[in-house]
Amino acid sequence: MQSKNKAVALTRRQFVAAGVLGGAALAVGCKSGNQGNWDFLSDGQARTLAAICDQIVPADEFPSASQAGVLTYIDRQLFRHYRRHRDVYREGLEHANELSRKRFAKDLAEATPAQQLEIVSALEKEERPFFDLVRRHTMEGYYGSPRHGGNRDAVSWRMLGLDEPPVRGRAQYDMRKGATS
Amino acid sequence: MKRVNAVVVGAGAAGGIVAKELATAGLSVALLERGKWYTANDCRKDDLRNQRVTALGNAFGPEDEGNPRVLVDAKGVPHIVLASEGGYQNDAACVGGGTLSYGAQAWRYMPQDFRMRSTYGAPQGSSLEDWPISYDDLEPYYDKAEYQIGISGDYSGTPFKGPRKRDLPMPPLAPNREFEILWPAAKRLGLHPFHLPMARNTVPYNGRGPCMRCRWCCGFACEVDAKNGSQNTVIPVALATGNCDLRTECMVKEILTDDQGRARGVSYFDANGHLQEQLADIVVVSGCATESARLLLNSKSKLFPAGLGNRYDQVGRHLQGHHYTGAIGYFDFDTYDDVGPGASIAICDYNHGTPGLSGGGMLANEFIRLPIHMIDRLPENTPSWGPGHKKAMRDWHKRTIQVFGPTQQIPTATGRVTVDPAVKDKWGMPVVRLEGNVHPHTFDIGDVQAKRAEAWLKEAGAIHTSLATGRPETVSASQHQAGTCRMGNDPKGSVVNKFCQVHDVDNVFVIDGSVHVTNGGFNPALTIMAVAFYASDALVHNWKGTGFRS
Ligand SMILES: Cc1cc2nc3c(=O)[nH]c(=O)nc-3n(C[C@H](O)[C@H](O)[C@H](O)COP(=O)(O)OP(=O)(O)OC[C@H]3O[C@@H](n4cnc5c(N)ncnc54)[C@H](O)[C@@H]3O)c2cc1C
Ligand code: SF4
Repeated sequence: MQSKNKAVALTRRQFVAAGVLGGAALAVGCKSGNQGNWDFLSDGQARTLAAICDQIVPADEFPSASQAGVLTYIDRQLFRHYRRHRDVYREGLEHANELSRKRFAKDLAEATPAQQLEIVSALEKEERPFFDLVRRHTMEGYYGSPRHGGNRDAVSWRMLGLDEPPVRGRAQYDMRKGATS
Repeated sequence: MKRVNAVVVGAGAAGGIVAKELATAGLSVALLERGKWYTANDCRKDDLRNQRVTALGNAFGPEDEGNPRVLVDAKGVPHIVLASEGGYQNDAACVGGGTLSYGAQAWRYMPQDFRMRSTYGAPQGSSLEDWPISYDDLEPYYDKAEYQIGISGDYSGTPFKGPRKRDLPMPPLAPNREFEILWPAAKRLGLHPFHLPMARNTVPYNGRGPCMRCRWCCGFACEVDAKNGSQNTVIPVALATGNCDLRTECMVKEILTDDQGRARGVSYFDANGHLQEQLADIVVVSGCATESARLLLNSKSKLFPAGLGNRYDQVGRHLQGHHYTGAIGYFDFDTYDDVGPGASIAICDYNHGTPGLSGGGMLANEFIRLPIHMIDRLPENTPSWGPGHKKAMRDWHKRTIQVFGPTQQIPTATGRVTVDPAVKDKWGMPVVRLEGNVHPHTFDIGDVQAKRAEAWLKEAGAIHTSLATGRPETVSASQHQAGTCRMGNDPKGSVVNKFCQVHDVDNVFVIDGSVHVTNGGFNPALTIMAVAFYASDALVHNWKGTGFRS
């Protein structure tokens, strides 16, 4: 439980910074030729994406999407299973930032939470394919298996009250007879 | 490559059984499977990559790379789909086929399910037909499947079933919480609930232990090997005879024929991508409905310019699966107990007999849910993202019950598999092209079924419910795919005879879900297995060394 509280205590920006360190370790060998700290995303794109993901799954008593490693999940898959979605991400993130600059004269990552919400709501209306993709991938990263870099420390499963690690093998001891007609 | 008596294409539900039956009867068999043979080590419980949630791909094949299909939408526009996308209509590609990772509900169809046209008449525009064989013909083979594969459950609670000679070989699992909640509610409604049949060990059986009731069952392989598929039952028996040679990662390209129009064997790409020939006295196609049709259609020759068995343009037609509908109930108490496999209680009161509806289906509680299953199954009006969505996940994950059922589809001749004229797979073979749809009356039935599921949930104490219905615009055949090589007496209206033998090529058989004339209001695997036992029996019986008795 301690580690969870700690994660909550980090602000998003601090957390992205921490993610940056983790990302650096991963990027040894620099698969992408990417100069930044992620496999696919540039640092700027990662900041924009974090702002969007954290509107989709915001922090409350439990960590937000980015705090739970969703960016790591998405970034890794843009290098693997989701290579085909790279263009949608590139253009969508660019567009999100443009929109933010137009309305608030700053990048999305620098905008206030209320402004970020406004932009993400606009994306949901105007940039449906991009929004749907990010929403789906964020949910996968947050609620899926920790092995892919999201759902860090199975935080969402604990949030739902599921045993982690799961209890297994008890069936052998359950000999109740079921109801019959 | 040594000539064999029989080459079997596909080591799935049906192919595994055929291989075992022929090998134990003394025939030499080559069993060719395009996928791999997975061990417990490969059977990771991955919520994003399994055979049901395929966000990161199919765990048990085929892979996205090099295996496209073409789906034609309702407007007639073709789309290329990947193996992990819904429109692909995938089952699996591995030793065991769908049965390595299936949910393992193991249903017998009802007597009426083999007599749909006689029972209801064919709705206009449909191709609803009777099977050329009856429930009674199959009963001994259902029994054989239940005992050789290993089925648990207890049918005693329902009068809605065909006659059977003996009980299932294993008792049901102890009831989970959803069972305890739904049972009395069904009784109050005057329904007849019972422990649904499962191809799952509940006690030690066949040399393997019982289910340990984990959270990851439907869509996953079982790490304690308690789930019974062809890979851990009939295929090991086939191999133990010494008569069966299983070759994995071997993709069959076409059925080879001679100048007399009989099959000589098959050609296939081996694990290294080299083209090989396997000559055989008999060819058995067991590749699952979509791929079996593709193989026949891709087996073109001078005598069979439109594909083998396709003289009357019948191969690939009547494609069907199930139209899944139901309801989700939300409760103000915990319904979730984290005990797999989850699905436990069913009713068959609504399979047949509703005036105005040409059929129905079984209703049962769903398999145990994973968090990712729930993201789009929250109460109506829940925001789809943001704090409200996150809170709803917390509020409802342990407080829902989902009751769904496989509504029996009413087939059409235009809902079909062809091969695409342009798109090829990584071996250079034309891929499956899916088009058309089942008859719309199917959806009327599905709507009624959903209402019935909702009524059951309300009686059980649900404080909200939402209906899951729909009118899909393209065929939904996927895991329950069937019907593409119809069994029938009339060569002009079907592909195989009642022994699964291709009408105009007497040494080629299609034995798998393809031959189903209609697909019952139940998950199909046990019927596929029963038909495989039945057809193998006839094949062995008629076999006289190198050909068939006349
Ligand atoms: C997640 C999941 C859950 C399911 N749950 C249930 C359930 O609870 N109850 C139920 O009744 N059914 C269930 N099913 C469906 C069931 O598994 C199928 O109905 C059944 O396996 C189909 O049997 P088949 O013999 O027709 O084909 P399959 O079992 O699919 O076997 C066909 C095999 O042929 C191979 N093949 C195809 N073409 C070629 C070729 N050209 N060369 C070589 N090999 C080839 C394929 O790779 C495959 O392994 C489920 C399926 C899945 C995936
Ligand atoms: S629920 Fe039982 S049968 Fe299913 S995978 Fe888990 S242990 Fe195996």
